[in-house]
Amino acid sequence: MSIKGKAYIAGICEHPTRLATDLSLAQIHAEVAKGALEDAGLTKDDVDGYFCAGDAPGLGPMSMVEYMGLRPRHVDSTDTGGSSYILHVGHAAEAIAAGKCKVALITLAGRPRAEGMATGTVPRSRGGTPTPDEPFEFPYGPTVVNMYAQCAMRHMYEFGTTSEQLAWIKVAASHHAQYNPHALLKNVVTVEEVVNSPMISDPLHRLDCCVITDGGGAIVVVAPEIAAKLKRPKVKVLGASEFIKTQMGGKVDLTYSGARFTGPAAFAEAGVKPSDIKYASIYDSFTITVLMQLEDLGFCEKGKGGQFVADGNLISGVGKLPFNTDGGGLCSNHPANRGGLTKVLEAVRQLRGEAHPKVQVPNCDLAVAHGTGGSLGLRHGSATVILERE
Amino acid sequence: MADAKERKLPAPAISPETQPYWDAAAKGKLLVRKCTSCGEAHHYPRTICPFCFSDKTEWVEASGKGTIYSYSVMRRAPVPYAIAYVTLAEGPRMVTNIVDCDFDKLKCEQAVKLVFKPTEDGPPLPMFTPA
Ligand SMILES: [Zn+2]
Repeated sequence: MSIKGKAYIAGICEHPTRLATDLSLAQIHAEVAKGALEDAGLTKDDVDGYFCAGDAPGLGPMSMVEYMGLRPRHVDSTDTGGSSYILHVGHAAEAIAAGKCKVALITLAGRPRAEGMATGTVPRSRGGTPTPDEPFEFPYGPTVVNMYAQCAMRHMYEFGTTSEQLAWIKVAASHHAQYNPHALLKNVVTVEEVVNSPMISDPLHRLDCCVITDGGGAIVVVAPEIAAKLKRPKVKVLGASEFIKTQMGGKVDLTYSGARFTGPAAFAEAGVKPSDIKYASIYDSFTITVLMQLEDLGFCEKGKGGQFVADGNLISGVGKLPFNTDGGGLCSNHPANRGGLTKVLEAVRQLRGEAHPKVQVPNCDLAVAHGTGGSLGLRHGSATVILERE
Repeated sequence: MADAKERKLPAPAISPETQPYWDAAAKGKLLVRKCTSCGEAHHYPRTICPFCFSDKTEWVEASGKGTIYSYSVMRRAPVPYAIAYVTLAEGPRMVTNIVDCDFDKLKCEQAVKLVFKPTEDGPPLPMFTPA
């Protein structure tokens, strides 16, 4: 069974806040849920499927189901870090195709800024019973940034990728962010500014890193018969795939991500090729994340990502592949340190023709949203979804 | 030059499954787990082989020789340190630190050798230094 054409994204919402000092975590989940349902033209009582991940308060979906007064007959709290919500779109389409629900709500929210969390630069132990990997990693000080940095270091060693090429990814994101009134960083930056920003963990500079923001977002995925009755432009789910990339028992290979597997699978299900894609939402925790995923999804040959992203090639209206036209996680928003959901949101805006006019891709009828969750350099979850405007 | 002497290292959490690894570390030996069914060594150590799922695995002592697969110097830490993946001569790559060296001269594929550094209240950690 394929999910192709079996489900539609009918509603989206991105919380405008980037600092949620005066909002509770549950409140942000509920506010974006309300926003996405209103965007779709549906009500809370239409929801019969609920999806969330580890950012939701409480055990799995239970606290938020209670807080929002939902009565779902299908729930899924699969957590693959920041890629969870892209994976959830695929799972929602599967559940809808199998008749397990008709209106699936996906929510994300977080307050890392309000809570003063040291997000990327301090090793984090999960507490409780250690994971099997923890004793062999945590004492050495793995952080988010230094493990992604090792991927960049090896990529540079094997393929000659440069800091200037990586910097072009931030430059492109900043060109888009200047038009997003909610973006945390709205200033356009240059390659020189990126490579001259302070070194955080070699070879990644401060401006190679994403922003840290509070906020959230929600997506409503519906059955075709529901989508047919709604007034918003129709965004169809064409294909989806997920994968967990690990250290493979010590056969570590930092030069590729799980997108090597999810990309071909999702494109095959959708029946399209990377060259057909008009707009790409690509997870951008760091510049290197984007570069590796573009290669692995098949937008360019492995090792040629540096050349592919250089010279403004990711800037809408300028380059070959417009990416993250909301400014992405690199400049606009990375709520809860999980950027997968916002990737789907901007893809839907592009397909609806509702992106900012300065970055809207003309006749944007086919888009991809791809995410990496966890740590690119330790173990990560990858998820890809292909979406089409009908 | 920063080195591990100035950096406080947390003790690893030890499970019954990995107790021998840490007992050996206390004696200055690095163990890897090897499967007698498929012949492959793996890391981190497991009772069941992650390659062929056989339970016929055993401890073998590593030579302590390796090369840097990748690394990064964490500049934004109270005491900067170099995290790395080292490829052991026995095959597996492991997360570790490169210590007692000039961080600015590190390179991928550089030869390194085993050293141990004390933790706050646990067994010492296997680390590497340029050979
Ligand atoms: Zn085996």
